[in-house]
Amino acid sequence: MTLETVAFWALAAVLVAASLAVVLTPNLFHAVLWLAAALVATGGVFLLLRAPFLFGVQLLLYAGGVVTIVVFAIMLTERLVGESLRQTSRHLVNGAIVAAAVFVGVVGFLVQAPPSVSPPDAPADLTAVLGQALVGPWAVVLELLGVLLVTALLGAIYFARTED
Amino acid sequence: MGLGAYLVLAALVFAIGLFGVLTRRNAVGILLGIELMLNAVNINLVAFARFSGDPAGVVFALFTIAVTVAEVAVGLAIVIVIFRVRRTVEADHLDLLRG
Repeated sequence: MTLETVAFWALAAVLVAASLAVVLTPNLFHAVLWLAAALVATGGVFLLLRAPFLFGVQLLLYAGGVVTIVVFAIMLTERLVGESLRQTSRHLVNGAIVAAAVFVGVVGFLVQAPPSVSPPDAPADLTAVLGQALVGPWAVVLELLGVLLVTALLGAIYFARTED
Repeated sequence: MGLGAYLVLAALVFAIGLFGVLTRRNAVGILLGIELMLNAVNINLVAFARFSGDPAGVVFALFTIAVTVAEVAVGLAIVIVIFRVRRTVEADHLDLLRG
């Protein structure tokens, strides 16, 4: 087994375990912490796939930004309730059946047509390629993304403001 | 590791996230499940980019991450507003638009 194989299985185990904890733990705050673990493990998978820039983005935006926002939201609503948010789940069996069906369906496609591609040589510096792609063929999309982020920011402020 | 291993891992995480969306009662819990599902999609995009040699997949993953951050910000703002008005974030109690 190469080092990459060992790293992949370790990351996969952490990712799946953390994901299961996110959807199963009764304490919502713990679920967010498990989500942070799952997001960091995903960043590790990006590293394995030779995309170190995405690893940084994942840590900064997801594990840093999103988790912080969710923790703030939980603390705000918890404070208003005055009791810690315990959450129960419903329709566990039905949900498990649907999720398993989706998983089996996707894996069924993979079994029918197994992707047998061996990875080509990675570019020496994917970050440089990525930067040139962002301001080259994808420049318009990048600008639209900026507009979207500003809109989301304004929308969030508009929703969350107090009436007075 | 081959492309198939990454795709199976992503499918598994996606299914777990879907399970969370379907079974959680709390609106914030549902949002966490959506996060997991979008995360699985990103693994797919980056894996395909790596194994096809085309950096477009990584660009798409970058865009997905940014859109997700916007979605979470607006979604949680809506949750907080709903909580202020209705005093609950249980999805089952939020049936104002039910016909």
